[in-house]
Amino acid sequence: MLAESLALSAALFAIGVVGVLTRRNAIIVFMCVELMLNAVNLSFVALSKLYGATGQVFVIFVMTVAAAEAAVGLAIIIAIFRHKQTVNLQNINLLRG
Amino acid sequence: MMTVPTSGTHALASTVAQFVWLLPLLPLIGFLINGTLSLLAVAKLGPDDPSAAGHDAHHDDHGHDHDHGHHAARHKFAGIVSLVGPGVLLLAFALAVAIFVAMRGVEMHEPYLLTLFQWMPVGDLHIDAALQLDPLSMVMVLVITGVGSLIHIFSVGYMQDDPGYPRYFAYLNLFVFFMLLLVLGGNYPLLFVGWEGVGLCSYLLIGFWFSEKANADAGKKAFIVNRIGDFGFLVAMFLLFANVGSLDFAGVAENAGKLPFGGVVITAICLFMFLGCTGKSAQIPLYIWLPDAMAGPTPVSALIHAATMVTAGVYLIARSSLLFSMAPVASLTVAVVGSLTALFAATIGLKQWDIKKVLAYSTVSQLGYMFIGVGVGAYTAGVFHLVTHAFFKALLFLGSGSVIFAMHRAYHATHNHDDAQDMRNMGGLRKYMPVTWTLMWIATLAIAGIPPFAGFFSKDEILGNVFARAHGSMLSEVTWLGVPGGTVLFVVWGLGLASALLTAIYMTRMMLYTFHGPNRSGQAEQGHLAEAPWIMTGPLVVLGIASAAGGWLNLPELIPIGPIGALEKWLEPVVGVATKRIAGTEGHESVSTEQMLIGIAVAIAVVGITIAITRLKPAALVTKKESPASTGFARVLEHKYFVDEGYDAAIIQPTVATSRVVLWKGVDVGLIDGLMVNGSALAARALGWLGSQLQSGQIGTYAWVLLIGVIALLSAFTKYH
Repeated sequence: MLAESLALSAALFAIGVVGVLTRRNAIIVFMCVELMLNAVNLSFVALSKLYGATGQVFVIFVMTVAAAEAAVGLAIIIAIFRHKQTVNLQNINLLRG
Repeated sequence: MMTVPTSGTHALASTVAQFVWLLPLLPLIGFLINGTLSLLAVAKLGPDDPSAAGHDAHHDDHGHDHDHGHHAARHKFAGIVSLVGPGVLLLAFALAVAIFVAMRGVEMHEPYLLTLFQWMPVGDLHIDAALQLDPLSMVMVLVITGVGSLIHIFSVGYMQDDPGYPRYFAYLNLFVFFMLLLVLGGNYPLLFVGWEGVGLCSYLLIGFWFSEKANADAGKKAFIVNRIGDFGFLVAMFLLFANVGSLDFAGVAENAGKLPFGGVVITAICLFMFLGCTGKSAQIPLYIWLPDAMAGPTPVSALIHAATMVTAGVYLIARSSLLFSMAPVASLTVAVVGSLTALFAATIGLKQWDIKKVLAYSTVSQLGYMFIGVGVGAYTAGVFHLVTHAFFKALLFLGSGSVIFAMHRAYHATHNHDDAQDMRNMGGLRKYMPVTWTLMWIATLAIAGIPPFAGFFSKDEILGNVFARAHGSMLSEVTWLGVPGGTVLFVVWGLGLASALLTAIYMTRMMLYTFHGPNRSGQAEQGHLAEAPWIMTGPLVVLGIASAAGGWLNLPELIPIGPIGALEKWLEPVVGVATKRIAGTEGHESVSTEQMLIGIAVAIAVVGITIAITRLKPAALVTKKESPASTGFARVLEHKYFVDEGYDAAIIQPTVATSRVVLWKGVDVGLIDGLMVNGSALAARALGWLGSQLQSGQIGTYAWVLLIGVIALLSAFTKYH
């Protein structure tokens, strides 16, 4: 059971990574980041069977931070959209060297 | 100045000699007072630069400026300066005489050392600021303060109308301070401080009338040429410390014997030291600065470039006699260079028209004589000639100064812009300047070597010693560049005789053209020609007496008209050991040989004077303007064998070209500016550009880099079993 859970977690994480790397829409990239977080959450929960409840406590923390991040991140994305009329990341490169 | 006598047990410690520190201090005080007055005057009146004070259109080659049309007024501080400048020198001379008397009263087995303070205590090197009194430094101190006092007094008259009057005396006092430091210093570094100091003062005084570029250039030339010699002196000191382990005279004398006799080390030390001497004492190949140094005021030429500073090299070799007596090859080199210089300069002196240039080449030639003396190990003879030369050459220079002074006043009165130093413009001055005429003839006979004047005794002693050394001594037994030492010494002797003949000729020529025959300075000028004031002729008279009687300092045994060999006995504690080591056991020549040598010397002087009187026709001479350019060998002589031009082509122009092409365009512009300064800036910019290319601003790129980094780290830290 543990092995299957970890495999699912790894698969979810990989999907998230690929999404972050390949997609250009900020919202989708954002969602992929959430997917990665939740993949980690899944492995925390699965491993808590071996190492005790600490992992489950961490999951709560991660969800809290993810909620806060969603609030701030979405606000930033809206602000960028209002400013540039787009959320395509290729067009957002103000910090180019 | 703190005085802590360290050798309180010395016989001199309780005498007036304990005040030896006052000797250099007095001129230093004079320098400070005169220098302050000079600066004060500048602040009030504007710079004392002659051009600023109204240099009129008169530009002769020599920048001699007694002719400020509207600047006849004396300097506002002239009174104090005239008192302080010569005053400190007279006080120093009085003190020197008192110390001399005290020294005569005690047995001088070892020098009296007065340590003022520790100067350089560094590791094994201990150098004190110590003054050393011994018979040799005493002789030098007496000459410097004695002749120096006379020249200072003469200067009061000669420079009275110069706008830079206090500056002149400040420099002159400073010179005497450094010169006394040079001869009183108890170790080589302190001697070197004086050595450099007199060089500085020489530079300042040659370029005293610096608003004329030629004068400033002459000062620079003297300084730069001397620098080459100073390099040699420094290397000699380094070698001395590295191999002997000491730099004070006592320590060197004690430890020098440990070096192998005649070895490479001791020979190198002596040769490098002699390189220093060729610079300071104007010997081949570095003599070229001395004739140009005549650009300075004439009393300066008398004091610095004839009587004292240029003899520092002779003093240095006499002071280092123990070292030179251990290096026969180096000693022979000194003698050979001295004899070549003596002859070479004497030939140039034959065809010079500037009265001071004749004397300048004569000085170079006579310095060569002194080096023959110290080179063959006749240290007393060398120092003896140094002393007598100081008398008669100072007299000749001051006499020429008196002549130039008179010529200038006459030209100034008639607004004539001719050359006041060219002998072709003089002639017949005997009628107008009888005192100067008489005294300069005394000096001429002295330098030509006519008995009983001073130069005869010293020159004869040098030549006699060369002859004796050639017959059998340490020097005649070694080989010099493959030639037996005895042969070398005979050649040196021959060259010495030849230059003695030439000396008699060119000096008589100078006297004939200046004082005899018809006057060529012009009808209007003749009414203004007159003898210089007593303040200038007074010192001349004293020097005249010294030039006539200076030979009594060291009479040979053959002429027992007074104490025999007084100077020889006096200097015995300093140079005796070295002299005996070089002379060996052969001893003196037979009486008949000595009589023959004296006969030859006198005959040569008489022949020289006779040749000059019979062959030269002052009546046929025309003024500088009307004279045709000389041709043939006379032209070569008049242009000093084109040595300056040769040095220019062989050394100066290549140096300038190298500096321009390699050092400036190549190293400075190319390497330093181009590669290093601009190159490092360029490298920084290139690196920055590369770094900026990573910052694309694309989050996707950053994410890729991050991922690759994470994978790399994970794979690095993961252990595979």
